[in-house]
Amino acid sequence: MVAYRTHVLVCAGTGCVSNHSLELRALLDQELRRRKLEKEIAVVTTGCNGFCGQGPILVVQPDGVFYQRVHKNDVPELVEEHLLKGRPVRRLMYVPPEEKEPVPLMKDIGFFGDQMLVALRNRGLIDPEKIEESIARGGYRAAAKVLTTMTPRQVIAEIKASGLRGRGGGGFPTGIKWETCAHAYSEDNVRYVICNADEGDPGAFMDRSIIEGDPHAVMEGMIIGAYAVGAHQGYIYVRMEYPLAVQRFYKAVAQAREYGLLGDDVLGTGFAFDIAVRRGAGAFVCGESTALMASVEGRVGEPRAKYIHTVESGLNGKPSLLNNVETWANVPQIILKGAPWFASLGTEKSKGTKVFSLAGRINNTGLVEVPMGIPLRRLIYDIGGGIPQGKRFKAVQTGGPSGGFIPESLLDLPVDFDRLYEAGSMMGSGGMVIMDETSCMVDVARYFMEFLVNESCGKCTPCREGTKAMLDILARICDGRGQPSDIDTLEELALAIADAALCALGGTAPNPVLSSLRYFRDEYEAHIADRRCPAGVCRALITYAIAPDKCNGCGACARHCPTEAILGQVKQLHTIVAEKCIKCGACHDACKFDAVIRQ
Amino acid sequence: MGKLTPEDLERVGEQVRREISLREGAGRACVTVHMGTCGIAAGARKVMAALLDELEQAGVDDVRVTTSACAGLCSREPMVTVELLGAAPVKYVDMNEQRIREVFREHVLGGHIVKRYALAVGSERMQ
Repeated sequence: MVAYRTHVLVCAGTGCVSNHSLELRALLDQELRRRKLEKEIAVVTTGCNGFCGQGPILVVQPDGVFYQRVHKNDVPELVEEHLLKGRPVRRLMYVPPEEKEPVPLMKDIGFFGDQMLVALRNRGLIDPEKIEESIARGGYRAAAKVLTTMTPRQVIAEIKASGLRGRGGGGFPTGIKWETCAHAYSEDNVRYVICNADEGDPGAFMDRSIIEGDPHAVMEGMIIGAYAVGAHQGYIYVRMEYPLAVQRFYKAVAQAREYGLLGDDVLGTGFAFDIAVRRGAGAFVCGESTALMASVEGRVGEPRAKYIHTVESGLNGKPSLLNNVETWANVPQIILKGAPWFASLGTEKSKGTKVFSLAGRINNTGLVEVPMGIPLRRLIYDIGGGIPQGKRFKAVQTGGPSGGFIPESLLDLPVDFDRLYEAGSMMGSGGMVIMDETSCMVDVARYFMEFLVNESCGKCTPCREGTKAMLDILARICDGRGQPSDIDTLEELALAIADAALCALGGTAPNPVLSSLRYFRDEYEAHIADRRCPAGVCRALITYAIAPDKCNGCGACARHCPTEAILGQVKQLHTIVAEKCIKCGACHDACKFDAVIRQ
Repeated sequence: MGKLTPEDLERVGEQVRREISLREGAGRACVTVHMGTCGIAAGARKVMAALLDELEQAGVDDVRVTTSACAGLCSREPMVTVELLGAAPVKYVDMNEQRIREVFREHVLGGHIVKRYALAVGSERMQ
């Protein structure tokens, strides 16, 4: 055991890796060797830190200094100044929006300070590819406790008492699901547990980050669930679009087998349980439980009607307990700290914490874990850092394509399964896409509908044909060809699809349209009645013009115009030829004098 | 690497716990080796190596070792500041490999200030 004085924790989540954090790591190793510091300072790759928008991220411990947007050219300075001479490099520290002074310590950064970590408790602290580090942070203790001191019935009672609800979207009480599966009849007593890691909502990356940062927490939850329901085989269904998560699962499963944490005799207790990883091709519908199980079986990933639940007849026709990644990751902590502890967090009917990914028009793009019941405003402004460039908040989309939009007037709404549902949206798996005044809600609804049309499996007619019909109408409205009856038709179609679709995916497909109509009907009406896009997004409905009093004839607009649609001599007023203009907006962005008007 | 039993989990965890605790940033003592150009020239790197060696032999996991810049008294380098939790920091001067070992054993582990090498007690805090 070598004593290092400092650890440099390099974030190796997908966000930071795509910003070259692994190259950074190699350079750090090289520079430390050059300075002969390699025996004093260790470089460790960790899972996602959550502050993805600021990547690549380095944290120097025990100093607690947080570095962001580190470039490979910064490495020599960082090593010489901070790691050798103890002088932290201020220019690489995080500066909060609208402030000038950098914040040196990670614990003082608002983004981290306001969070409460349960599912993500090991994020940025352990190397997810080393099982020993997970064990050192308490990993597999809950599995040991369950296998040696608890009966399956007691485990289920504990989960029920905790009030844990499914983190994948539906919010079904986890303990009840476990109990039903344990009691379900199985001829040969075969049961399965499954981890749903088929995260498919646009803008959502909670599960990916949990897997990348701490795969053992998920697997430990599965061991506990398997013991509770009497399963001996588990499956992790993870999409190939998450190569790093897939790789970390493979590695984690192999290490756990080697240590006897999976296999014929888990922890020497005689309980047999193993996990296999199944890779999905990334179809949105495969996140639906019956479609997922069909895919694990090797059949086409299509859902079936669920008059018989999968806890009774799921994978291979056997009782199957399927939970989402985050749900599984919560289980070991509930066992270790007790149901009362978990039930003390959150709101009356939504217990514990929830992981959210913040994306879209927000300063601190990234991953956060907060207690249930936190007001949206705190999540978006205090932790998320607000909207960039001083723009005005318009709406937040929660729950992915199955969810809906929450407008500014409801920003004080507490984040809670039931309250979000009442507001016409849903918790979903925790993706949040933030929109500002430059987003057109009709256009956004069209985007989500297009996604759903592409991802509809086509098995049932309401979803296959209905979503397409809705998309056609939305596209028409955005194109300036909306008809007065369109809003009514959209609503009628939406209700019919919600009623008649086969699976939850189809049933919730109209939600983006319904909730945008609920809160932003005026935008639809402006498109249809006035042929006007209030946010200035829909190209067919906007025109560009040059304000004579502001144009000084610099010619920047004409140089940027790809179609030579702008005429004018230097230092003379310029004009736009409407017939040639393709409304790309290049002139608007190029003008430094706000002389190009979009209307 | 054999199959584990519940008791083995503690043992395996213990082996890496010290590394992990370093990342959590806590500790009952903080030892700062001053690594300005002057300190390095006077042998601060060797002082650091000796200190880490002591740390490893003692097997303690709650002592932080860090570096900082020149303390302003270049003629008395290498300098080391020892800060025990809740106590005023103590500055040591003219350190070498053997002296830092004494300071580590007597002050950091034992809690007694090594007056023969100490410059001052209660100097400015380093962080």
